[in-house]
Amino acid sequence: MGATKAVTDATFASEVLQSDTPVLVDFWAEWCGPCLRVAPVLEEIATEMGDKVKVVKLDIDANPNTARDYQVLSVPTLTVFKGGQPVQSVAGARPKGDLVRLIESAL
Amino acid sequence: MSDIRNLIIIGSGPAGYTAAVYAARANLRPLVIEGAQAGGALMTTTEVENFPGFPDGIMGPELMDSMRKQAERFGAELITDDVSAVDLTGPVKRVWIGQQEYQAHAVILATGSAWRPLNVPGEQEYLGHGVSSCATCDGFFFRGQPIAVVGGGDSAMEEATFLTRFAESVTIVHRRDEFRASKIMAERALANPKIRVRWNSVVSAVLGADGKVTGVRLRDTKTGEDSTLDVKGVFVAIGHDPRSELFRGQVDMDENGYILVSAPSSRTNVPGVFAAGDLVDHTYQQAITAAGTGCTAALDAERYLAALPD
Repeated sequence: MGATKAVTDATFASEVLQSDTPVLVDFWAEWCGPCLRVAPVLEEIATEMGDKVKVVKLDIDANPNTARDYQVLSVPTLTVFKGGQPVQSVAGARPKGDLVRLIESAL
Repeated sequence: MSDIRNLIIIGSGPAGYTAAVYAARANLRPLVIEGAQAGGALMTTTEVENFPGFPDGIMGPELMDSMRKQAERFGAELITDDVSAVDLTGPVKRVWIGQQEYQAHAVILATGSAWRPLNVPGEQEYLGHGVSSCATCDGFFFRGQPIAVVGGGDSAMEEATFLTRFAESVTIVHRRDEFRASKIMAERALANPKIRVRWNSVVSAVLGADGKVTGVRLRDTKTGEDSTLDVKGVFVAIGHDPRSELFRGQVDMDENGYILVSAPSSRTNVPGVFAAGDLVDHTYQQAITAAGTGCTAALDAERYLAALPD
């Protein structure tokens, strides 16, 4: 457990779409090597930027509906939601600096 | 900036982690800057069947995790981020991650190689939306769909075989009339009833509509004829290029960007700079050879450091 929070198909609307602050969503899966590597980076970002952005993780195996709704075809896909809409997205593991810039460009 | 370390290892994978295990056991307290793709190419493979010591095979990510833990156990310090710049020319090597600078007396370069794109129209546009470099990451999304794998080497065979778990059909698109993959991998792929092959064909464009891939345009290399293959996913496995861009102009490399070392040592032309793994090796490119040269690099660095005046 850390600074990131797990969301599900059931909680996606309340945790992400209706969030007052922007949300970085990590669409991930247990069987995806790069996902496991990007996880600690997301924990750091959640801790360091917690006042500006919420960081949540959605397991696409357990929550296929949300992944399908947003046409996720690659894991990890990292998407910033703001005001209920996806505004920035990247597919694949990225260095921390890139992710911070992705978030900042969406704030 | 008075804090000068003994050794910085740039890159992870079998080369970087093995170097880290040896250097850490030699009490050099290496700093390993793993890269955002920490673990290297094996992180996106499935079962590794040819790493000695694992008679039943081992999953690539698990093997990398074990090597990483082994390095940590002996005191290696790990950072999961990309190096943004280096200055390797002086006696003190300088390495930056963004604004943060790290210094060391010696550096081991082990950044490996990066996936080579097709460089055709549509590829970048649909990357992550049907175009993929990682079958184990993205194969899941193409359940019951027709997909294409581009390439003819071992990685193309492995990806094609793996993807048959999900796909309705897998078409391997290869520019020649035979594979350069190892016999065991090629035979396994060709024997799979879900796999077919388009020989002598290259992808000239990735086609799509509404943000999704709908197919690829193929050109026959013998007849020049164009055709369309309807697929929902395109997995690109045409090879890798060394990730040496950061070191260009500072360390000697060949015309393809592979770092030159005075084999059998790992010494580059710059004193205190060593190189290992796929960044150097364009011939063998195996996990075990990368691990072997990683070990060589750590021992070379250890000797270099021991000979430095205090």
